[in-house]
Amino acid sequence: MSNWEILWLERAQFIDGFISTLEIFGLSISVAFVIGCGMLYMLEGAKPRLEVPLRIFVDSMRMLPFLILVYLLYYGLPSFGIRLNAWWAGVGALAVYHGCYFAEIFRGVRQTFSPGQVEAARACGFNTGKMFLRLILPQIIMRARPLIGNQLIYALKDTAFLVIITVRELTAAANSLSGTYFIPTEAFVVVIGCYWLVSMSMELIIKQCGRFSAKRGFDNV
Amino acid sequence: MNASAWNMLLEGAWVTLWISGVSIALGVVAGLLVALVRLAKIPIIDQLLVLYISLARATPLVTLTLFIFLSAPNFGIQLDRSVAGILALTINTTAFNAEIWRSAFGNFSREQREAAMAMGMTPWVMFRRIMFPQLTITSLPGLVNEMSFLIKGSPAIAVIGIVDLTRVTNRISAVTYEPLPPILVACVLYMAIIGCLVWLQRVAERRANRLAE
Repeated sequence: MSNWEILWLERAQFIDGFISTLEIFGLSISVAFVIGCGMLYMLEGAKPRLEVPLRIFVDSMRMLPFLILVYLLYYGLPSFGIRLNAWWAGVGALAVYHGCYFAEIFRGVRQTFSPGQVEAARACGFNTGKMFLRLILPQIIMRARPLIGNQLIYALKDTAFLVIITVRELTAAANSLSGTYFIPTEAFVVVIGCYWLVSMSMELIIKQCGRFSAKRGFDNV
Repeated sequence: MNASAWNMLLEGAWVTLWISGVSIALGVVAGLLVALVRLAKIPIIDQLLVLYISLARATPLVTLTLFIFLSAPNFGIQLDRSVAGILALTINTTAFNAEIWRSAFGNFSREQREAAMAMGMTPWVMFRRIMFPQLTITSLPGLVNEMSFLIKGSPAIAVIGIVDLTRVTNRISAVTYEPLPPILVACVLYMAIIGCLVWLQRVAERRANRLAE
């Protein structure tokens, strides 16, 4: 039996791992997106007391490796009596970490807006929440789309770190298979192919979004 | 935490620093070479390099490290742990650096190149005397940014048992049963290392802007 046949027989493990990676990625990136938007709103909402602590929080997250945040949540939090299992610690860390990156990306794009828009919206009677939801957020998302795409790929790559805290995902599947059958090369080639496929399709989706935003005139602002 | 715990943390920081440092040095040079080869547009090699860059950018560092460390013996190569770690980090960072160098090449002013040709410089002399010094300065901010990404990714090498600044916190808490203090100290050390790089990047950006004016 060749090595590839063994892998084919064990395909269930790969599929499980792949689905688990996609679950972790999908859930955490959605939460991260909401966290990013929330932070942006708090900065927008003209609460000067919040701005400094938020900036410090975001900047310190950006100076930390992802794995150390996972360690903080997984090994550190039990000191305060909060015990997360590996899966939730991983998803939580991904969401918070990439939420901060999203906030930073959005903030950078927000700074390029002309103040006239906001003034016009206020003159038309928009309150802060409506203005944020209808005017600022869609523009920011459409303009930041290449950066968001990059960040999505980084987030996908960061899910592999979770193998270190024993989350059963795609890299863990390859690792355990290569341990059982001593076929590391083939197992990891398959897994790297999977990661590549996901990031390629994300790049395609981002490109499609570009077409959509060109059609709706977001690029002309 | 006692003195030996502090010692272990500093040793872990040293491991992270030297492995990242070697990979950064190798990665910057290899990235330049890859960019130069891609510039020459040699038919098959060019497509292979595009494939390599695309794959290396999509592969998680943990997966790449495991792949290299576990499958090297299959090809009859016995790799030391730290060599495997350095190799994985270098392969990853080279792909990003190559793109940074290549975009700097793409933006290089045509007039200067033509002027250098007109002065009778050979391509190699022109590259060494005219292009390379300017390219270094324009791509430095991007390169330093990539360096801080590499250090943020470096805990991936812990997966094959290298005791770096992240992994060492497990070792300490296995003795003291208090995981939080070493992790927090490790956080501070990482912030110091990456803070230095961010500061370096600001300096580099200021210099690059001054040159661009």
